[in-house]
Amino acid sequence: MSKQTSISAEFLKGLWEQSPTLRQLLGLCPTLAVTTAAANGVGMGLATAFVLVCASLMISLVRKLVPGQVRIATYVVVVAAFVTVVDLTMKAKFPAMSKSLGAFIPLIVVNCIILGRAEAFASKNGPFRSVVDALGMGVGFTAALTFLGGVREILGNGSLFGVAVMPADYDPWIVMILPAGGFFALGLTLGAANIINRWREQSALRAARVASAAKEA
Amino acid sequence: MATESSKGGSLQVIGEGNLSLVTSPHAHFGWSTARIMWTVSLSLVPCLASAVWFFGAGVLAPVAGAVIGAAATEWVVARLNHKPQTLPDGSAFLTGLLLGLIVPPGFSPLHALLGGVVSIGIGKAVFGGLGDNIFNPALVGRAFLQASFPAGMTDWSASVARVDAVSQATPLGLYKFGDPSQFASDIATQKLLVGNVGGCLGETSAVAILAGAAILLVTRIAHWQIMVSMVLGGFVFGGVLHLGGVGPSPLFHVLSGGFLFGAVFMATDYVTSPTTPRGQWIFGLGIALLTILIREFGGLPEGVMYSILMMNAAVPLINRGTRPRIYGAKR
Repeated sequence: MSKQTSISAEFLKGLWEQSPTLRQLLGLCPTLAVTTAAANGVGMGLATAFVLVCASLMISLVRKLVPGQVRIATYVVVVAAFVTVVDLTMKAKFPAMSKSLGAFIPLIVVNCIILGRAEAFASKNGPFRSVVDALGMGVGFTAALTFLGGVREILGNGSLFGVAVMPADYDPWIVMILPAGGFFALGLTLGAANIINRWREQSALRAARVASAAKEA
Repeated sequence: MATESSKGGSLQVIGEGNLSLVTSPHAHFGWSTARIMWTVSLSLVPCLASAVWFFGAGVLAPVAGAVIGAAATEWVVARLNHKPQTLPDGSAFLTGLLLGLIVPPGFSPLHALLGGVVSIGIGKAVFGGLGDNIFNPALVGRAFLQASFPAGMTDWSASVARVDAVSQATPLGLYKFGDPSQFASDIATQKLLVGNVGGCLGETSAVAILAGAAILLVTRIAHWQIMVSMVLGGFVFGGVLHLGGVGPSPLFHVLSGGFLFGAVFMATDYVTSPTTPRGQWIFGLGIALLTILIREFGGLPEGVMYSILMMNAAVPLINRGTRPRIYGAKR
């Protein structure tokens, strides 16, 4: 690798440019299923981020020892080990959260963000860069889930992190905490993200044009 | 009811002289979108009048809320997309009016406004606007309201003005959850025809709906196949179950709840119904079958809305399956 992107860029790309939820559209199953409340979004996001960071580190360390033919199986075993750690820890320390996330904690094993980062990044980069990349993706995933959970909790329950935020006579839109509301919230959020990206591209183009005009003059 | 026929009603001619090209449709009905939309809105006046007559002038508040929500969303969406303003073609007004007529009397105008916004925003605009939506926008709005405010959408207690005796529940609700012996005496066919029973604003009076149907059929805006097949399906499927000892008379099925309103104003939406006559028969019969099944064996007293939405989803498939044979081609 002759030319490498900077460490900070490796971290930041997970937050927006390559956000797993908003740009890569990976791991949408837990995204739709558990974001009925902001706290659930945080819990699911942090659990996934922990597994992602640990698995990326481990896979990056063993990347030269694993034969190509069995690499996916190896990844799954590594990921499953860390998911078991998270699952048991949450059951012991946060039983309520563990209960509300239900089957989606064990299902982190097959979360495509983790396998995706392992295959696309950790198996080709050193441990330090892999951890930074995983941290960025984990934070981006957690932020997106918290945002979706927050929007759905505010509209569907009139509260945020369990604290009532809407006026007392607010009639909650129950549909927003039902499965259909997950699709509404995710779809409209993706649309908004696309609008923001298009707007950013256009302003970048305009800036480039201004810069080149200034150079000529 | 919406249309995808050409907007201006005139043929578009490209080129000049001997080499002019004319885009299809070559044989045009002659009516613009706006004229159709406003005519359908006019055909809803009897239903609106029956709602005011039976439930009082207060019902105009939710209707106005739904219309304002739908129209405002249409205007905003056109502005945001830098598209020509589609508000004057009346389709958004019509969607709002339809939505306003299928909420209970005494429904919160603010919630109706939200329903109008969802109808146009999520039911239509996100698919690309008029002609591209897969589901009936007014019913998308109603489904949203039903899921969001289940208490408000099933609160019939405001239906008191001229509705005597049975003021606390719809005939279907009484049938499903009420006392069977009381049910038989309370729900007379005559009442269902006139409309002095509990229910959503525009759906109670069969006479008013049939007046609207007459306008749609005389002007040939709606396809009669859909209306006839749905009502016929109601009689057939309801009748078979009734003869088998299950459920009320087929006449009760057809006259109660949103069956007629759905058949006349909702299922006949151009955009979300099949284009071939054969497909329209399948569509109408399918809605009737699903409605009877939901009413008899489902957990809800009424199923017209979900039946129409489900059959809307099947429309592309029906269109594919019933494509007419090209003249001269083999089967």
